[in-house]
Amino acid sequence: MLNVGKLEHGLVLDHIQSGKAMSIYQFLRLDKLDCQVAIIKNARSNVMQKKDIIKIEGPLELLDLNILGYIDHNITINIIENGEIIEKKKLTLPKEVRNILKCKNPRCITSIEQELPQVFLLTSEENETYSCMYCEEQYS
Amino acid sequence: MRHVISPLDFSVDELDKLLDLAVDIENYPAKYKDICNGKKLATLFYEPSTRTRLSFESAMLNLGGGVLGFSSADSSSASKGESVSDTMRIISCYADICAIRHPKEGAALVASQKSSIPVINAGDGGHQHPTQTLTDMLTIRCLKGRLDNLVIGLCGDLKFGRTVHSLINALVRYSGISFVLISPKELRIPDYIRREVLEKKNIPFLEVEKLEDVIGDLDLLYMTRVQKERFFNEEEYIRLKDSYILDKAKMSLASENMMVLHPLPRVNEISVEVDDDPRAVYFKQVQYGVYVRMALILTLLEVETC
Repeated sequence: MLNVGKLEHGLVLDHIQSGKAMSIYQFLRLDKLDCQVAIIKNARSNVMQKKDIIKIEGPLELLDLNILGYIDHNITINIIENGEIIEKKKLTLPKEVRNILKCKNPRCITSIEQELPQVFLLTSEENETYSCMYCEEQYS
Repeated sequence: MRHVISPLDFSVDELDKLLDLAVDIENYPAKYKDICNGKKLATLFYEPSTRTRLSFESAMLNLGGGVLGFSSADSSSASKGESVSDTMRIISCYADICAIRHPKEGAALVASQKSSIPVINAGDGGHQHPTQTLTDMLTIRCLKGRLDNLVIGLCGDLKFGRTVHSLINALVRYSGISFVLISPKELRIPDYIRREVLEKKNIPFLEVEKLEDVIGDLDLLYMTRVQKERFFNEEEYIRLKDSYILDKAKMSLASENMMVLHPLPRVNEISVEVDDDPRAVYFKQVQYGVYVRMALILTLLEVETC
């Protein structure tokens, strides 16, 4: 198995569905951060068989981790300080998702006013359904 | 300051107060004739709707206020590419309250986010039309005497008809309400209303295709037009537009106390021979629309009415 060194300060995103690491890298805008990032693809997993892992060394406050709940709430977040896991965060579906989805309803005001933020509100946790804040078109 | 974007923006208690005020306006119009003296209503109509616009303007004039605005996107800065938000910021400097109608869904919400005056949604595409719902509710309450324990038939275009969606959302908050949904298969109520509103709240409802099979069981029949502008396809419109026509023969199957409502304009879904039937209340509904808009303007402007 490929080995990537231990983090001192940062976080590890574990149990990412295999093949999704790059899209998470982009959603979290990690390319904009000046810190070390390791992406491990297709790591072996007892539970998932294959999984992706992202390790990020550096300050965490710049990351919008809430969005991960929307992308995949099975991801585990391990917060690392002084080389040790000090917290494991459980993800939930965020109440609001901003500028991640784009409303596809041709009758929505966002279809003609592109500068409007694309805002989706959680309407059903059970069905993992969001609706456009403007036209209430549903997405799941 | 508050806006009215959806019919559900008012709680049941607030709605009761609003309807009480509308009834008082109907009974004592002289009391209200100068109450908005010096206030201005802007009507921002990005798509034509003579009835709704004139109803708002009539309401403000009845209250002694003034009106200004435009009646199509061509005669506004939208034709130069101005956003709804920018237009709203500017109109906020000219008027005390505004009613906006726009073909795109969510436009009124966008307007309210940048407005410093109360915004009333006068229809945003196929989405919400709260003042039509308030009109329907005032009509039902005044003529039927209650908003609960009713069997309500909704007939026609239940898929795109926003008045129907709004009315369902508003009435499910009262007890003893059940719906009979009468439409062609192609124009049935959208899944999200069936699932998230009717089934979730355990509201009894029945979906049928023939009006004559159920008209005898109804307390209210709400007819809707098959709107040409909601179709992408002309052939589909022509195929479906005459699906459901209410005439004297069908009215003879209805109970004596049933009432027929319609948001208007009608095309041919209600035969003119029904107009003289005392159960046909759709023209009275128009008058109630003015009273309820007067009550709404007073409420949003926080005008002292005692």
